[in-house]
Amino acid sequence: MTTINMDGEAIERPGNGQLFSGFLGLGLMGFGGVLPMARRMMVDDRRWLTAEEFTDLLGLCQFLPGGNIINMSVAVGMKFQGWRGALASILGLIAAPTAIVICLGAIYDRYRQDPSVEHLFAGLAAAAAGLLVSLAWKVMKPLLNRPLALAIVVVLFVAIAVLRLPLLATMLVMAPISIFLSWRLSR
Amino acid sequence: MSGTLIALAVIFTELSLIAFGGGNSVLPEMQRRVVEVQHWVTADEFSALFALAQAAPGPNMMIVPLIGWHVAGFSGLLVSSVAKFLPSSLIACFAVTLWDRFRDRPWRAVVQAGLVPVTAGLVAASAAVITVASVHSWLLAAITGVTGGLAAFTRAHPVALLGLGALVGLAFGGF
Repeated sequence: MTTINMDGEAIERPGNGQLFSGFLGLGLMGFGGVLPMARRMMVDDRRWLTAEEFTDLLGLCQFLPGGNIINMSVAVGMKFQGWRGALASILGLIAAPTAIVICLGAIYDRYRQDPSVEHLFAGLAAAAAGLLVSLAWKVMKPLLNRPLALAIVVVLFVAIAVLRLPLLATMLVMAPISIFLSWRLSR
Repeated sequence: MSGTLIALAVIFTELSLIAFGGGNSVLPEMQRRVVEVQHWVTADEFSALFALAQAAPGPNMMIVPLIGWHVAGFSGLLVSSVAKFLPSSLIACFAVTLWDRFRDRPWRAVVQAGLVPVTAGLVAASAAVITVASVHSWLLAAITGVTGGLAAFTRAHPVALLGLGALVGLAFGGF
């Protein structure tokens, strides 16, 4: 079904099958960052959302617990087809990556005793650690000139990485403190 | 067996509800529970499973079904996936129907801004925990350092960097 919105852009209203196939393709395409692909699929190619709606939904998904793209699939499915659409979307998104990752896991279990395979996986794991280091740098960079935010970062780092404290308890203490500081600074 | 499934369900449900800022923020807690508390896999194996999940396409939390499968086969895969994805998805379903009401409230921006340093600290902790568990030699340290630098300061594709790391490990790991 196609409707014309206020800006004159054609917006498609996907059914459950289209939600499943759209997110199935997304799950297969996105390597190391599905979000730019998600925007292209939903805004440019399939025209389910306008650019503003996409940004708005992304804001919601970043606010909620869970992965952005997982939340996005659920929210988009829910928006168009209720809980059935949400189910179709998330199943489409994780079906193919789950199958692929289990195949890789089976290969790893089968051949891990082989010294060459062991070296290959050691190199792969070291590179994956490097990607996390770069991600940490990217999320920290905007905070570098904000001493209070940096203090929160340091406390969480020490609690989780050094002291290995349970995350739930740490979050119950630190999230309210950080939100309180953000509230005081915003006034 | 059923005790293992219950433990999987409890761990991943809890992680699902506190994963603010996405999956990478709960990686240290996942490692702590799976490696240090349950002893299901070693720290080395956890790093390898994480790396496998990064090498696969799709969302970055594919380590969850992988751990479930590794620990308890197909039923473990189902239990861990449902536990990790269902609670946060129910919240997302609920929130999207209320979103119009709280989107423009000032407290939403305040809460979101307040969670940014928390997420940053958790992602930094993830990087440290995974690096310590993955790096056992100067060669592996060099791979982590070069990969991190290239990913941070160039537009190199993550999968190309993972492939490069694996090849360098394969070529020089025996020396």
